Order: sequence, then structure tokens, then C-alpha cells
Amino acid sequence: MLAHTFTLSIFFSAVRKEIVQQWRTKRFLVIMAVFLLFGLGSPMLVKIMPELIKSEPGGEELIKLLPPPSTTEAMSSYIDMIGSFGFLLAILSGMNAIAGEKESGTAGLILSKPMPRWAFILSKFTAQLLVYTAAFLMSGLAVYYCTFVLYGAVDIFILLKINLLLLLWFLTFVGATLLASTLGRTVATAGGVAFGFYLLISLIHNIPRVGKLAPDGLMAWAIELGTNAESVAVHTGAIAGTLALIMIFLIGSIVLFERQEIE
Amino acid sequence: MDNFSEIQTTVQDNAISCIGLSRNYGKVQALKNLNLTVPYGSIFGFLGRNGAGKTTTIRILAGLAQPSSGSAWVAGIEATRTDSTARERFGYLPQNPAFYRWMTPVEYLDYSAQMFNIPKKERKQRIDEMLQLVGLQSAAHRRIGGFSGGMVQRLGIAQALVHRPRVLILDEPTSALDPAGRYEVIELIASLRGKVTVFFSTHILNDVERVCDTVAILNKGELLLESSRDELLNKYAINTAELELDNHCQADGQWKETLVKQPWVNSIQTEQNIVRITVTDLACGKQALLPLIASFGLIINRIQWVRPSLEEIFLKVSA
Repeated sequence: MLAHTFTLSIFFSAVRKEIVQQWRTKRFLVIMAVFLLFGLGSPMLVKIMPELIKSEPGGEELIKLLPPPSTTEAMSSYIDMIGSFGFLLAILSGMNAIAGEKESGTAGLILSKPMPRWAFILSKFTAQLLVYTAAFLMSGLAVYYCTFVLYGAVDIFILLKINLLLLLWFLTFVGATLLASTLGRTVATAGGVAFGFYLLISLIHNIPRVGKLAPDGLMAWAIELGTNAESVAVHTGAIAGTLALIMIFLIGSIVLFERQEIE
Repeated sequence: MDNFSEIQTTVQDNAISCIGLSRNYGKVQALKNLNLTVPYGSIFGFLGRNGAGKTTTIRILAGLAQPSSGSAWVAGIEATRTDSTARERFGYLPQNPAFYRWMTPVEYLDYSAQMFNIPKKERKQRIDEMLQLVGLQSAAHRRIGGFSGGMVQRLGIAQALVHRPRVLILDEPTSALDPAGRYEVIELIASLRGKVTVFFSTHILNDVERVCDTVAILNKGELLLESSRDELLNKYAINTAELELDNHCQADGQWKETLVKQPWVNSIQTEQNIVRITVTDLACGKQALLPLIASFGLIINRIQWVRPSLEEIFLKVSA
């Protein structure tokens, strides 16, 4: 029991260190800035897009084909933006997590102490989970404020739901990048492997029967919520599938890391 | 060594015990059936050329690599099992220690101490103690990213000692340092004598000669010898006394003829006022030489029994 408490206290120390590291290395600020941009940029872009198109030759005709700026469009743009760039952010900010420490030698020094390898891996994931939860909260507030100012009231509960779904979808890539970072001997290799995982995850929804369990189902659900679709399907399969995938990535990382020789 | 109780005794009596330790990387045998014991309280030099298997052994002891066969114990706990308990018993410094560059020494030492469940109040006291020991008090709150090689190495020793381990394992602690940095680190290691068992690998033989009391030589993954430094130097001693006579004395004379007739004298060589006397029986020579020289009224400025350097022994053994 005492040993168990001790191990947990090491885990919490490691999580604290990870969060301080995110702050001191300015990574936290960069992530927050990017998410703020997602939150503020999407409704603004939707608002100014018709003006931009109009200023181009033939834009007057083109504008008639586009839907008018609205809350729905702003939400759709926000979800699209996270869907298009979110995975990239997860890869870029996470590929260094394990591979970087192995490459630099910091992992060797820490793992020669009584730090269990599972705690080393999970502390990285937990810290990222906390940072991205804060980032999604901030981008959610930004998109709420901006949409409210530009288009009128937005249902905050729907927005919260959308952000939770996006966060869960995003965590799939955080987990995949963590596994890639454990697999890779260098940061560059880890980045390449993580991108490979992204492609594989993107392909899952095309597989018959299994497809409905893919993380992309969460994105589809978020879009339905954001665009006030008449019938919003509850994609519980996608939630279960995504959670299972995240667990597989984490367990895979731990099992692999336990067997690895550290330089 | 296959008797269980014999193994138990060896493990309990020694700071480090390796029994039949082997490590293969594909077809390459980095370590071949290593049997090694490091007595408590010693400063143990683990010598070998580059690629001899020193770092492999140390990484196995530190729990960072697994052996292909065999076992190793540190302070009585098996280090070759994945259980992390053994790691509480030793401090480890790798060849090129890497720290979180954004941290300060105080922060890193505090983080390290947390791994050993040291209460907060005690942590502060230990950190101050360690910083003082390694002479980093003035840099306590500076970013590690801006440290010199010597400072990094000293911080490395501090983090390895912060939990007051029984055994300190150092992998080539001086190889990347300039002469001043090397001197600092070797002095620091020497200052630990009697407080902790130090096991350090190196290929810098001067360092070993200065601080180690026990030595092992590893070559191509095989242990060539393990012995106390003095025993080793005596074993390979060249039985030669070098005398520097005063300028007024004749290097050639009757004393030389008398000396060469002694049964324990092998040969005598003279070069100006330097005389080299090689003896067949070292003990006898040590006892009889000086009285004999004195009986001829010769004035001696200096007498030295020439010993081979560890470097010479190392080259001879690992050739």
C-alpha cells in the first residue's frame, strides 16, 4: 500500500514537471495561441469571406452560390479548422515527448531512479490532456464570444458538447503520437510514424462495420450539432471506439517502453 | 559460482555483484560471462578500451538495459529484474549526463529527490548539502542550459548522491572534460572515499591511479583481471631501484663491484650520476640495498623503487 502511494506520488511529480515544462518552454503559450486563433478566426473568416470574394473579379456571381454568414457557418468553419490542423498540432507538439528524451539522454537519467516507466509515459499523456483541455476551453469561449458578437446568441451547451467531442477526437492523435514517439529512436522518426498513424486512423471509417467506431464519427457528430441538423445521431460507437483506440495507444506505449533499452 | 548460499553471501557482502553477466547485440557479444564483485567502501576503477563493454555493464546495473543471461546485484538487490527497488540503493551518472535545460540545479535536484520519496523539508536541506559538495551554490538558480561541461558533470554527481545511496555508479565521468574539469571531478570522487562505494568506468588511467583502490580490466567483453590497485602494481612491478647519487660521488667504483656480487642483484646500469639496480628478490633488495650503499659512504639525493604505471600494466594485460 505504501509502495503504491509512493509510486503515485512519483507519477504526480512527473505530471507537475511536464506541465511546468510546457509553460517554461513556451509550448503552452503556443498551443493556447493556436487554439485562440481557431476560436476567433473561424467566425471572423466566415464574416469577411463574402467581402473578400466580392472584391475579386466575378465574385458577385460566386457569392450567390455560397451560404450567407451565420452561426451555423461559423460553427462549421471552427470544426473544419480543428479537423484540418488539429492532428498536425498534436503531432508537432507530441512527437518530442519520449523520442526527444531518449535522444537527448534525459530519459536515461530519470529512469535510473525509481520512476516506473508507466508513470513516465502516462505523465506525458496526462499533462497533454490537461493542456489541451484548457486550450479547447479557451477556443470554445473565444468562438462563443466571437459568434455572439458577429451573429447573435449561440447555445453554450451545444458548443460545450462540440468541444468535448473535438477534444476526444484530438486525444486520439495525442495518443497515437505518444506511441510513435515511444517507437521512434529520434524525434524525426517519431514524427514520420505519427503521420503514418494519422493516415491509418483516417482510413478506419472506410472499413465496413468497423468504420462507425472510428474517431471520424465524433467529427461527424460535432458537425451535425454545429449545423443544427434536424436529426442528430448519437454516435456512441465512435465514443467507445475512440476511447478504446486511445487505450490501445497508451498500453502499447507502456508495453513497448518497458522492453526498450534506454541510452 | 552455482551454490545458492555462496551467491547469497557474495551478494550481501559486496556493493556490486555480477554473476555470469552476458549481453549480445545480434552476433556481437558485448559482454561475456562477467563475474565481478565490488567491495563495500571501495573506489573501484572499471577499466577498458572503448567498446570493451564498460557502458553495457553499467547500463545493466542501472536497469536501463537487460542482460542476455546472468544477473547483477547492487547493494544486495537484484538490479537485473525490472523491479525498481534496486534503483533506490544507487546513484547513477551516465557518460554524457543530460538534464532538462530549462530547469535550475535546485529544481532538478528537487525533482530527483521526489523520486526517492524524500519529504519536502528534508529535500531542501539535502539540496543545499549537495550544491555545497559539488560547488554549485552560486549557480543554484541559473538555467542548466547555460552550464559548462564541468558544471554539468558536477550537477550529475549531485543528482546521483541526493538520496544518499550506498553505491555510486559513474560511467566515464571525466572523459568529456578539460584538464581542469577532470581534476575537479576526480577530487570530488576522492572526497567521497569512506562515505559511499564508488564504481566508475574510465579509460583515463591517470584518474584511476589517483583515486581507485581496486581495479578491474575489461577487454572485448571479458574480465581480464580484478585486483586491488597496489597488489596489481606490485604484481607487475619492475624490480628496479633508481638512485640519484650526489655529484661528488663516483658512479663507478668499488661499491659497484661489491653490489653486483650480491645474490639478490640482477644487474646494474649507470648513466652519469643515475644508477639503476635491478634485483631478483624485491623484498631482500629493499631490505639490504640502502645499508649497503650507506656503508660505502655514498651520498644519495634520491632513491625510488620504480613501479610500472597502470597504463603500462593495462596495455600489457589488454594487448
